[in-house]
Amino acid sequence: MKYLEGRKYVIQAIFIAIGAVYLIKLFYIQVLDDSYKTAAESNAMRRVVQYPFRGLVYDRNGKLLVENTPVYDLMVVPKEAKAIDTLKFCQLVGISLPEYREKITAAKKYSYVKPSPFLQRLTNEEFASIQDNLVDFPGFYINARTVRGYQHSSLAHALGYIGEISPRQLEDTTYHGYRQGDYLGISGLERQYEQFLMGKRGVKYTMVNVRGIEKGSFKNGEYDTLSVAGQNLVTTIDLELQRYAELLMSGGKVGSIVAIEPKTGEILSLVSAPYFDPSLLTGKELGNNYMKLLRDPTKPLFNRPLMATYPPGSIFKLAQALIAMQEGVLTPETGYPCNWSLVKCSHRHPYPGNLNIAIENSCNPYFYQVFRSVVARGRSRNVYEDVRLGLDEWNKHIKSFGFASSLDIDLPGEKKGMMPNARFYDRIYKRDGWKFPTIYSVSIGQGETGVTPLQMANFAATIANRGYYYKPHIVRSVGENGKPLPEYSVKNYTSVNPRYFPPVIDGMQLVVEKGTGRNASLKHIGVVVCGKTGTVQNPHGKDHSVFIAFAPKEDPKIAIAVYVENAGGGAIAAAPMASLMIEKYLTDTVKTKYRKRWEFDMINGSFYKWTD
Amino acid sequence: MRTTYKIANNIDWVTIGLYALMVTLGWMNIYAAVYNPENVTSIFDFTLNSGKQLAWIGTSVIIIIMLFAIDYKAYDSLAYGIYWFVILILLGTLLLASPIKGSRSWLVITESVRLQPAEFAKFATALAVSRFMSSINLRQQNWKDQAKLAGLALLPPMIIILQNETGSALVFAAFTLAFFREGMSPLILIIGAVAVFVFVLTLLIPQWYLAGIVTVLMGAYLWLNFHRIKRYLPTYISIWAAVLVMVFSVTYFIDNVLQEHQQNRIKVLVDPEVDPLGVGWNVTQSKIAIGSGGFFGKGFLEGTQTKFDFVPEQSTDFIFCTVGEEHGWLGSLIIVALFMALLIRIIYVAERQRSVFGRTYGYCVASIIFFHFLVNVGMTIGLAPVVGIPLPFFSYGGSSLWSFTILLFILLAIDAHRKLDLGRG
Repeated sequence: MKYLEGRKYVIQAIFIAIGAVYLIKLFYIQVLDDSYKTAAESNAMRRVVQYPFRGLVYDRNGKLLVENTPVYDLMVVPKEAKAIDTLKFCQLVGISLPEYREKITAAKKYSYVKPSPFLQRLTNEEFASIQDNLVDFPGFYINARTVRGYQHSSLAHALGYIGEISPRQLEDTTYHGYRQGDYLGISGLERQYEQFLMGKRGVKYTMVNVRGIEKGSFKNGEYDTLSVAGQNLVTTIDLELQRYAELLMSGGKVGSIVAIEPKTGEILSLVSAPYFDPSLLTGKELGNNYMKLLRDPTKPLFNRPLMATYPPGSIFKLAQALIAMQEGVLTPETGYPCNWSLVKCSHRHPYPGNLNIAIENSCNPYFYQVFRSVVARGRSRNVYEDVRLGLDEWNKHIKSFGFASSLDIDLPGEKKGMMPNARFYDRIYKRDGWKFPTIYSVSIGQGETGVTPLQMANFAATIANRGYYYKPHIVRSVGENGKPLPEYSVKNYTSVNPRYFPPVIDGMQLVVEKGTGRNASLKHIGVVVCGKTGTVQNPHGKDHSVFIAFAPKEDPKIAIAVYVENAGGGAIAAAPMASLMIEKYLTDTVKTKYRKRWEFDMINGSFYKWTD
Repeated sequence: MRTTYKIANNIDWVTIGLYALMVTLGWMNIYAAVYNPENVTSIFDFTLNSGKQLAWIGTSVIIIIMLFAIDYKAYDSLAYGIYWFVILILLGTLLLASPIKGSRSWLVITESVRLQPAEFAKFATALAVSRFMSSINLRQQNWKDQAKLAGLALLPPMIIILQNETGSALVFAAFTLAFFREGMSPLILIIGAVAVFVFVLTLLIPQWYLAGIVTVLMGAYLWLNFHRIKRYLPTYISIWAAVLVMVFSVTYFIDNVLQEHQQNRIKVLVDPEVDPLGVGWNVTQSKIAIGSGGFFGKGFLEGTQTKFDFVPEQSTDFIFCTVGEEHGWLGSLIIVALFMALLIRIIYVAERQRSVFGRTYGYCVASIIFFHFLVNVGMTIGLAPVVGIPLPFFSYGGSSLWSFTILLFILLAIDAHRKLDLGRG
């Protein structure tokens, strides 16, 4: 039997071989292959994103402009939602069976094991009825989240709205922190200040058992992160004034009102008419409302103060005077005849024997000659070259007022507008193909010029400040104890010396006292308003009525630009509206029966029936 | 002589140490498997499997003492008696017991205490075949003896299959290893291994392809070596025919003889997507639990997959998942090493027996424990079909712990008296 004893080695070898094979296989699945670890996590771990409160937005007086209101989403984890009574479930949430299948298929497409939204933004009633019965439907749960809410119906354009991140943005690396279903600012402040408002998302890991029932936090919350609420914004907007401005622009009027505090560059109100209620772009109906607004022929989504460019019209004469004085070709005492040589004058007025009278009466021929004296200086014997030199010099000055460039307002979508230079005309007429008579209409703010209402308001503020402006902005501070953003506390001087401003300001005072802007006078409350009317020629219809102003003359508190499209001359709609705004801002109310009557006419748009 | 003989000096303490270590580790892992973080109970809580297991361990100690106290010669002389007694109980259970989970294999003593006689058939059969082996002349085996031996080894599993406990019945195949040691032709083991190999191949390759491949290979071999081997041509032809018969019969067996759930347990080996919510779920979840353990594991009581019930039967058949998840590859290594050490030690103990009875019994013990280890650990990592048999000393269960304790300690009791044995073989 001895020969059989060797067989013990065979048997032991079999044992050892199996042990070794098992250890190798174990090493492979435990150490080398990571897929089991991920599978285990998706099995037992549920990652619940804790959405932070988005920052709130206040007006300059502490009134709430944007708040958060809770909404409830019904979420589904397809893997766990298999064994449910579909019919009963559809009855509970109020959808049809095909709808259910469609939604479940969509959810499965996203992920079989991860939660995805099934029904979004349930109303409070829906939430209450679903919540109580949800225990019967494993795989479904309610996720509470907040959306934006508004206690007023103003300032929709500036505030902007938030919406779900788009698939294209998800692929964009600038949005790397976002996930599907996240909300982010799409326009306005919400977009501009997204990084401050969004806060930081938290993540809570909870463990679930095989039936999807929560079994407490993972490792006592060691890996959880708390959500950090977004920072609040304090805006420069005066909600009362904003409401009043919107009231003035109500009833289907088209145009803009921009009011700025000259001392700081803070925007007091920013109206784009026609406007809409910001709450239209929040909640369940966002998509439908958005499409409705988008298809509206009056283009309510178009943010006119920042995006609409118009020729500046007569208001440009102020800039022409300032530049001419800086260039030394004009003094306040200079007189030019109102000779109708190339341009007509729209007003009958006495001889413009000095700058004041010319501004007061908005004399076209006077400023035509002023502009010619700036541009055609005889510095070159070649008339073409001479105008090229002069125009480029002029262009530098005009740009220092913030025209033809972005004012860097803290809102998206700002347009630059345009001011011509020599190269611009070279492109159109070829070099040496144009001279002063070609470009004369620029002198009175027509021709190849374009400015936005914001730039106009900023221009008014610059004159009010006698030569400098702060970049207009809408947010005063971010977060707690926040300070204004540094770029908005820098004085931007124009290239025109401050000493040339008072003569222009005196002219603007005359405009309101007895000139084209008499409708803007605030004599009854003893406030000296300085203003200038403008009429933007409109080839498609009635002219646009424009007025800029600031008040009081000494120590100005408000600078304003009003655009009312198709209302006629600047005196008709824009000037009275500007004065109402100033009165409202300075005194909080509109006094006297006469002024009330005017206010009524403005709100009702009676001026459309008037003719100039 | 007997009076001066001290058993304690001859008891194999190495095996007892390994046994104690394994039972303790098993008990702790059972606690980890039933541990509920929301309702933490003591490891001694008798309503939990861990508390009950402690009771089984305690009673096992009593059994051990009794086994040492019994006259060692009784195991030899009473072997057939015990065997037939167990056969009777098996038959009784089959006829009288009410089915639990579809199997008529449980003797219900109280609501929570149930015994599975099939577990005890293992050591009883081991005793019987060892006794038979010692009574025949191993040199001059005849087919009658071989048939009787086969009958002894095959009767219990046949009854157990009737009880619908196919898994436990498969264990009796382990006796072939012991028979091999005692002179069984290695051809049977080789044919068995080839059969398993062909079996796996038929799962992977359709039968007609497989038959074609075998035929072409065989044909090519004969063609190339025709002159050398033409004398043995009939042998080769019959080998070829045998393999073909095996291929087709395996497929026929899987498709027509096995019940559907049994088919799935086999098919899931190559494709876990078969029956993903049934046995596929078990295999997938078991692999996930073990695989997520990493090198060092998640720590005692930290396993999410076992704790939250992703793995089924985790304190009994799938107890190895708890080890793999909470103690990682290191833990797996220790468990595998413990089993290897125990098996090698048992063979060492078996080889030092002077009697054929003792040696054969030792090999039976090693083979049975090995087969359980092979199938149980194999199924948790997807290398063996899901067969519901426990991991010796680790899995929760009184019948299983008792039966393995009895199995092992009869050997140690025999071993402790080995010097008194004059030897017969």
